[in-house]
Amino acid sequence: MTCSQLVAYNEAVAADADKVFKALADPGRRLLLDRLHADNGQTLTELCAHLPMSRQAVTKHLKLLEEASLVVTIWRGREKFHFLNPVPIHEMAERWIHKYERGRLRVLAELKKNLEGDSNG
Amino acid sequence: MADSRFVYVTYIRTTPEKLWQALIEPEFTRQFWVGCWQESEWKPGASWRLMIPDGRVADSGEILEIEPQKRLVLRWRNEFKPELREEGYSRMTYEIEPMGEAVKLTVIHEMERPGSKFIEAVSNGWPMILSGLKTLLETGESFEASRHWPKGM
Repeated sequence: MTCSQLVAYNEAVAADADKVFKALADPGRRLLLDRLHADNGQTLTELCAHLPMSRQAVTKHLKLLEEASLVVTIWRGREKFHFLNPVPIHEMAERWIHKYERGRLRVLAELKKNLEGDSNG
Repeated sequence: MADSRFVYVTYIRTTPEKLWQALIEPEFTRQFWVGCWQESEWKPGASWRLMIPDGRVADSGEILEIEPQKRLVLRWRNEFKPELREEGYSRMTYEIEPMGEAVKLTVIHEMERPGSKFIEAVSNGWPMILSGLKTLLETGESFEASRHWPKGM
């Protein structure tokens, strides 16, 4: 890549990252992702059934999640199903976490698990 | 939905030609598909196999539909884990669409069986493979974890 291409590329990557972080920066949207993680491929009606949010609020949150590519939709017949798309989260983890911290984070996670395991047991 | 289905989408700054080449050709897939490569004549009805670096066959099936640089549909069954193999065949679709300066790649992996263990298993692999593919095409180099078959698997 030339220098200007590299700058444009880095800006585009940063814009993608902004969308993902903004989409994740809301408890309602994180709850929607968790609902899809538990049961992937739901219609809007199914998603609304178990959430303490209005249909309009869910629609608005889904739009932002779709723009960040965290949720993707596919049509099957006349129904639109929402799927959790884990690819952008994986990219963020690779870019911002794994590359720097893989070894140390694993040790910390183990420690946390052991300590919490003891206090629960 | 009664079926098991996962959908993955990634936007890659590349061309449909380069993306297709990276998805098909062994020298590319080895770099992001944890060292694996595919064997096929890449025409409708042809057999298809995904090879593990140690010589085992990971998965096998056949080409159901192929439209270079646009769409590929595979019949796909696991071969190296008996509990997954016994679930039988799944269906995997790549859809490639140009989107401005990028290309949208959609991967749909589905099986006509609720709660499929196979679909659950591949759903752990696809995000890393597709992130590795994106990184390879955009930067010329994939990240470490996507280059090697996991130890002991």
